[in-house]
Amino acid sequence: MTDAVVFRAPRNQWWDVWDQFKTHRGALIGMLVFFGIILFCFVGPWLWPYSATHIDIRARNQGFSWTHPMGTDQLGRDMFARMMKGGQVSLAVGVVGMLLSIFLGALIGVVAGYFRRVDGILMRMTDLFLALPLLPLLLVMSMLFRQPLSNAFGVEMGMFLMIVTAIAITSWMRTARVVRGDVLALKEREYVLAARSIGTPPGRLILRHILPNVLSPVMVSATLTIATAIITESALSFLGMGFPPDFPTWGRLVADGVDYLQDYPSRSMMPGVFISMVVLSVNYIGDGLRDALDPRIRGR
Amino acid sequence: MFTFTMRRLLLAIPTLLFIALVIFLLLELSPGDPMADMPLTIPPEVRQQMRLALGLGEAWYVRFYSWLYLFSVVEPSHVMANMTGLEWLRVEGPRIISFQTRSPVADIVAQRLPQTLWVVGLSYIFGILLAVPIGIYSAYRQYSWFDQAGTFVSMVGFSLPTFFTGPLLMLIFSIWLGWFPIIYDTTLVVDSFYDFGLQLRQMAMPVFVLTLYNAAQITRFMRASMLDNMTQDYVRTARAKGMTEKVVVLVHVLRNSLIPVVTVIALGIPTVFTGAIITEQVFRVNGLGALLITAIYASDIPMVLTLSVVFAILIVLFNLIADILYAVLDPRIRYD
Repeated sequence: MTDAVVFRAPRNQWWDVWDQFKTHRGALIGMLVFFGIILFCFVGPWLWPYSATHIDIRARNQGFSWTHPMGTDQLGRDMFARMMKGGQVSLAVGVVGMLLSIFLGALIGVVAGYFRRVDGILMRMTDLFLALPLLPLLLVMSMLFRQPLSNAFGVEMGMFLMIVTAIAITSWMRTARVVRGDVLALKEREYVLAARSIGTPPGRLILRHILPNVLSPVMVSATLTIATAIITESALSFLGMGFPPDFPTWGRLVADGVDYLQDYPSRSMMPGVFISMVVLSVNYIGDGLRDALDPRIRGR
Repeated sequence: MFTFTMRRLLLAIPTLLFIALVIFLLLELSPGDPMADMPLTIPPEVRQQMRLALGLGEAWYVRFYSWLYLFSVVEPSHVMANMTGLEWLRVEGPRIISFQTRSPVADIVAQRLPQTLWVVGLSYIFGILLAVPIGIYSAYRQYSWFDQAGTFVSMVGFSLPTFFTGPLLMLIFSIWLGWFPIIYDTTLVVDSFYDFGLQLRQMAMPVFVLTLYNAAQITRFMRASMLDNMTQDYVRTARAKGMTEKVVVLVHVLRNSLIPVVTVIALGIPTVFTGAIITEQVFRVNGLGALLITAIYASDIPMVLTLSVVFAILIVLFNLIADILYAVLDPRIRYD
């Protein structure tokens, strides 16, 4: 009696990852919500007639209506448009901050793991950064570099650059540690030895053979970093240390709305709900990715 | 173990020195001028004299050295003297003076510390007390409705920023229900049961916000750690030799799963101080976080520097404690 052999067409491993990812209900819903909010923020302004900064003082403090689905603020600016604009900024800060932070973390992690000579000093540096009081430091940095950067790149671009860099240089440490650990283990594998024995230079060895194999932990920490970046940006804006007051971001909108909490509670609640939804969905996506990228769980 | 502890302690000193230097140099670049609030009628010579009086005239390394001396010798001596009442402990001479209030930084920190410790400390303790049982039960009945609900709530608590949960609670409990006051009154003196009730009511919301956040994080670790241990061989052995479920879970598994959780708890204590900055700002709690924010706005460099370095010391200290605890609790780990 022979077992029936099931022939499966060869397929990319990312399809297996996707199959596993689909079974995580929270992650799937999280992804839908996340893409929905991205659409809302980046496509919405093209379809919506009102601008985020258009002041119509006669239409101030309005409630929900068809013309203003989320009402208007104390200067008669349309909250729906402000939410879209604010979301653009918050999401852009989150994604760009994440990319920078992951780049920095992966670079330092790979270099520390691969080149033994710099491992000690780079890891001491990582420990040092982990010991820095991050929020106070971010506040101090935003106080220091606000003016020079505004002068150099314009107010909005300057603040964007500052916040993104500040987030990146205060959040790369976790990625660097994880990547270094993985690179240390990968370096001893036979295929790396084989690649080295045919004379592959270190640069290409890292790019072709090592980096693709540390991709899964990097992707997981990328999603988690988006969440922290968005929260950090909103916290800075909430404390009044982020973008200038007339420039809406979700954190800023919450802070502005708190003053009117008694009469118009929706004004600070709506952006708060949006921040929470983005962070929650991103965290769920991260959870799902972690399960999907773990070969021990996948296929069970 | 002792040599390990000593080595780590010695290593902590250059780390802290370096952090202090980095923060000092960062502040050195600061464009904010502490004289900006002074009237414009003050003539430039007098203004220069005032800058010298604030200690701004020297080269940066001289000022860094004198700050370091004051921070590590003079200020601790005054704090010790105030705590023990022994006057001979005091080191005479100048102290680190805040630009804003013209009083010693250590005294202001000592005034503000109790508020932060009460609110933040209580919420951390509540967080641990809530998280450990929830984590144990979630892991014991994995995928039950309790576990599903617990995981969801901890995910939510972990994701919601405190500057959203704070106003949300204010809206529900202060504005709609009117149970708790919006603003934390620091001047309240508790000398009767009525005042004690007021104090409890004003602490309820900030403590709840921080408790939710702390409990959410610790629950995740507790559950994961319990799940790791539940499938170990020693658990099967304990069951096989006839231990009751209660003993297996609460003695064998719990003791082993607490090892990583205890270190996570120790590592989290300093972030509690810095993370509470936002919560303090939301509820107007007059603590260390609020002190730092106002100091940053006012370019009060000695205050910002001292507070940041105090936070850094807390982080380094609790990292060290976490490492030592790990080795003490888990006999398999030896650093020597």
